[in-house]
Amino acid sequence: MAGFSATVVALLIDGIAYGMILFLMSVGLTITLGVMRIANLAHCGFAMIGGYAAFALVSSAHIGLFAALPVAIIGTMLFGALLERSVYRWVYTTGQLGQILMTLGLVFIFAASANLLFGSDLHAVALPGWLSENWDWGTIAISAYRSFIILVSVALAAVCWVILEFTDFGAKLRAAVDNPRMARCIGIDVPRVFSITFSVGCGLAAAAGVLGTQIMPLEPWYALEYLVPLLMVVAVGGLGSLKGSFYAALTLGIIDTFGRYYLPAIGAFVIYLAVVGLLLWRPQGVFARAST
Amino acid sequence: MSDTPALALEHISKNFGGLRVARDVSLILPVGARHALIGPNGAGKTTLVHMVSGLLAPSAGTIRLGGVDITQMAAERRVGLGLARTFQISSLFPHLTVAENIGLAFEAKHGLDRRLWGNTANHAEIVDGAAALLQKLGLLELAARRIVDLPYGQRRLVEIALVLALEPKTLLLDEPAAGLAAAERGALLDLLLRMPEGLSILVIEHDMSLVFRLAQRITVLVEGAILTEGTVAEIRGDARVRDIYLGTRHHG
Amino acid sequence: MSERVDERAVAIARAGFARHGVSWVDLIPVLAAVLVYFFLGRYLPLATQVMIQIVFALSLDLALGYGGIDSLGHVAFFGMGAYVAGLFAMHVTTQPVLGLCVAAVAGALTGLLTGPLVLRTRGLTVVMLTLAVATMLQQLANANAMKPITGGADGLFGFEVAPLFGLFPFDLYGHTAYWYAFGVVVVVFIICKLVVNSPFGLAIRGIRENPVRMRMLGVNVTARLVTLYCISGALAAVAGGLSAQITRLVGLDSLAFLLSGNALVMLILGGTGSLYGAIIGATIFVVLSDRAAAIDPFNWLFAVGAVLILAVRFAPKGVVGLIEDAVQRQRARRSS
Repeated sequence: MAGFSATVVALLIDGIAYGMILFLMSVGLTITLGVMRIANLAHCGFAMIGGYAAFALVSSAHIGLFAALPVAIIGTMLFGALLERSVYRWVYTTGQLGQILMTLGLVFIFAASANLLFGSDLHAVALPGWLSENWDWGTIAISAYRSFIILVSVALAAVCWVILEFTDFGAKLRAAVDNPRMARCIGIDVPRVFSITFSVGCGLAAAAGVLGTQIMPLEPWYALEYLVPLLMVVAVGGLGSLKGSFYAALTLGIIDTFGRYYLPAIGAFVIYLAVVGLLLWRPQGVFARAST
Repeated sequence: MSDTPALALEHISKNFGGLRVARDVSLILPVGARHALIGPNGAGKTTLVHMVSGLLAPSAGTIRLGGVDITQMAAERRVGLGLARTFQISSLFPHLTVAENIGLAFEAKHGLDRRLWGNTANHAEIVDGAAALLQKLGLLELAARRIVDLPYGQRRLVEIALVLALEPKTLLLDEPAAGLAAAERGALLDLLLRMPEGLSILVIEHDMSLVFRLAQRITVLVEGAILTEGTVAEIRGDARVRDIYLGTRHHG
Repeated sequence: MSERVDERAVAIARAGFARHGVSWVDLIPVLAAVLVYFFLGRYLPLATQVMIQIVFALSLDLALGYGGIDSLGHVAFFGMGAYVAGLFAMHVTTQPVLGLCVAAVAGALTGLLTGPLVLRTRGLTVVMLTLAVATMLQQLANANAMKPITGGADGLFGFEVAPLFGLFPFDLYGHTAYWYAFGVVVVVFIICKLVVNSPFGLAIRGIRENPVRMRMLGVNVTARLVTLYCISGALAAVAGGLSAQITRLVGLDSLAFLLSGNALVMLILGGTGSLYGAIIGATIFVVLSDRAAAIDPFNWLFAVGAVLILAVRFAPKGVVGLIEDAVQRQRARRSS
């Protein structure tokens, strides 16, 4: 019995950590999809860029994880802002197919660049010693690393929530998410709000990419590898809903982890069944707010 | 001769969140009638048409088409029962030709949209039907022109031809004269006056001269609720209606 | 219509309907195929690959170019067809044509099962769901429970393919395979033409132009789209089955996203919604990727990515679009 609860706790922490990484990545994507209705298939690429940047800094410049993290985040934010102002602007008016094709092109370029710079092996950012340990609680071993991920993610989520609920910018963003046309009519500069949010979203994705490398290792096709789980989080959470993505990411992370462990015959397939079921039940997103 | 009205709206209400767009609207459209729905912008007229045609569900109330309760019925099935509508901004197939646009209506009417074999242009029901209708409405020379290449006025006429191709029993027209020049309005009115007698028409319009010449009865809608309803003479003489259109009273 | 209709009026109206009949343009690919066989014999395997991808691109063009279904997961049908054809050859009969028919049915059934779910809404959800379905199938093929059937990471191999029509054995040099693939391309192309020219085809174009108006004409839009999706799925499965039978190998890469992505590149290169664009785009892409990938697969990716971004910005209608624009300009110049 003790072994069972130890396993359940470990799986729970695994699932929540994985879910939190997905959540951080999903913030940018759900806003992009919800506000500007841009099909951005390259979003995970920013997580990858952040991850590789941190990896390069840590392994070559001998900077620790905690110093590399903000550098990677800011660097990715700037890069994201640059792309938004150039190639993304090209496809705001082309319709969905144009967006899919352009962002797909970005995915290919990201993959090719990653392979060129880092090769096709899996890489992970080295953790400081104390993070690689497990804390023992009787028979239950809790991974320090995963706990760290959960703490940082929740902190970032809290910061996002505070900004959203209590600041001027947050109010404008919420208005833009609720009804972009109406927001424009009442004088909110929706494109500018979106540019800033896009950049921040890239930064959060980068954070996710850096923090998560031990459970989601870096490789050239990273952007495609995690695109589908991310899209599922966003779909189940409801487009444009941050709270929705939070709960959806948690739920899907836990279902996936438990599913792979307890049903090894179908393993990775479990999460798809779950998502299909959830979307059939509530096509607009299980956790989406009731639309006004 | 049945007394069943072509269309009956019974206590229709619609709320969008806190916004009440339609408030207890009731309206009877007898068979063969010409009924106009007028009112200032934002009164909720188009919303009513959306509810009747099935694009929007009412929050409360019942809609009956020829006596049949269609309140929960899918939009496609309502068309099968003889309902057709035009849109405030002409809703056509922009990159298809006029012939193809009208042809699609005939296709849908004869259930040929499922047919996977045979060239469209070889189907008499589609081509002959389109030819006859276009000729009757004087639009035949436009047959090979794409909608995107046509001036706005002609697009409006094509849309009317499109709905007529369905041979509807009840027709909803949403501001058919909007954006038309004076001469075009004349042509439009001409067309509307020549519509089959058995066809029941509900028209939303701001062009009062067109309304007074076409309609038999008029319903005035203000802020989602019916202000008044009556014959053309009664409405013309109603001081409140004049106020609304001349703005002597302010609405909040 | 009881009145006699004016013949002249009918003729004028009929001229207003676009006809995509067979013309001399269609002989170009036939001629090309014959020339390649006789003069470029070294490249038969490559040309056969081109033809397999032409079939796949045609199937996607039907769904995406004509129907407006932004499917990112078309590889699901390809892979389904490949596995079914392989399993059919292993366990039932090695008759190739029969195998393709069974693959087509499998593709159509997959479309029937997933279509109603995927096509209920338009826009972003279609993209997500098609991608999810394809990924799901890939995971399923690799799942432990399915390994006995699909062979897991090893895949299916070592199955035989009987002589075509009992007369033409599949030889090492790929002669039979070449003409087999060519025959399939011809049949698939004719099927696509039939669908596009039919009243159903016009209805699909109508749905793509204005789905709300189609509903207001009384048409069940979702049902028509599901039918199109099934046809497209069947044809994509034929491409997969063809690939399986010719290479005699079916692996997890038959379900890889890369195949869907490549098909999209082919369509943007060639142009969507014309069928010819699929043929042109597939030819250009397969030939280029073969040459380039031999040199350096990952740097070839750079080129593909750049082409996609630049094409979206500067030539969104592809080669066919450029040709059409040139023809338009010629006509304008001639009439002025």
